[in-house]
Amino acid sequence: MHQEYTVIEGDFTNAGTASSSVKKTLKQLGVAPQIVKRVVVALYEAEVNAIAHAYGGKVLVDIEADKIHMVVADKGPGIPDIAQAMQEGYSTARPEVRDMGFGAGMGLPNMKKNVDMLNVTSEVGVGTTVEMMVKFV
Amino acid sequence: MTLREIVETLNATVYLGEERLNEEVTTAFASDLMSDVLTLKDTPMLITGLCNVQTIRTCDMATLDIVVFVRNKKPTADMVELAEDNDMVLIATSYSMFKTCGLLFDAGIQPLY
Ligand SMILES: Nc1ncnc2c1ncn2[C@@H]1O[C@H](COP(=O)(O)OP(=O)(O)OP(=O)(O)O)[C@@H](O)[C@H]1O
Ligand SMILES: [Mg+2]
Repeated sequence: MHQEYTVIEGDFTNAGTASSSVKKTLKQLGVAPQIVKRVVVALYEAEVNAIAHAYGGKVLVDIEADKIHMVVADKGPGIPDIAQAMQEGYSTARPEVRDMGFGAGMGLPNMKKNVDMLNVTSEVGVGTTVEMMVKFV
Repeated sequence: MTLREIVETLNATVYLGEERLNEEVTTAFASDLMSDVLTLKDTPMLITGLCNVQTIRTCDMATLDIVVFVRNKKPTADMVELAEDNDMVLIATSYSMFKTCGLLFDAGIQPLY
């Protein structure tokens, strides 16, 4: 099953649209609640990042019998040093993002903890792509 | 402790989930930081001063379904609507975060960590 969502630039109130929808789909498919939580927490973190640090983008989701594959690709400033961005506590979040309760530098490390595969690629001045996979068993 | 007892202890207003007030609550977590809420392994009651749509979304993703807003933060209609879709309980108190946590800790609500 293939699903696509658009993440709109600056639209914080809609951050989580893709994750909410994926949550409903996985529940309907009978995927175990602990696994659903890992998937949607990771996807939500990536969605929030695409709005908080970039200018929006696309979410592509592929659900198979035994796994889910997710890609969040944004247009944005990119990440100059991915290893640094992966460190817990590292954040360049703007004050507006912090006012929303984000910007603790915990998102990327949290994605890593929740998924079976995380691959972050980025080109400065172009954008960032976060690819994740979670196995259902 | 039941939700009803929590509401009484905090002199709180129930914005959503009146029908769930007989449910027992054993653990709570207090934070204004949604980044932190997203790292929780369990699903405690959330006590927070952050009152916006993102609070509800974050709870949805983290599968938390009981939220206490402190210090006169009142959930908006948008928030209640979104929370309703997820069968959540939303309550609000005028007490500060410190007082709220102190009273509930005293009454036997357990910390998550
Ligand atoms: N999509 C992105 N585009 C550009 N920079 C990004 C992107 N995602 C992350 N970053 C950079 O990596 C840093 C760390 O990201 P991470 O998600 O771990 O923390 P955060 O978003 O700052 O805070 P939190 O996730 O705890 O709310 C960000 O502050 C930002 O500098
Ligand atoms: Mg983040």
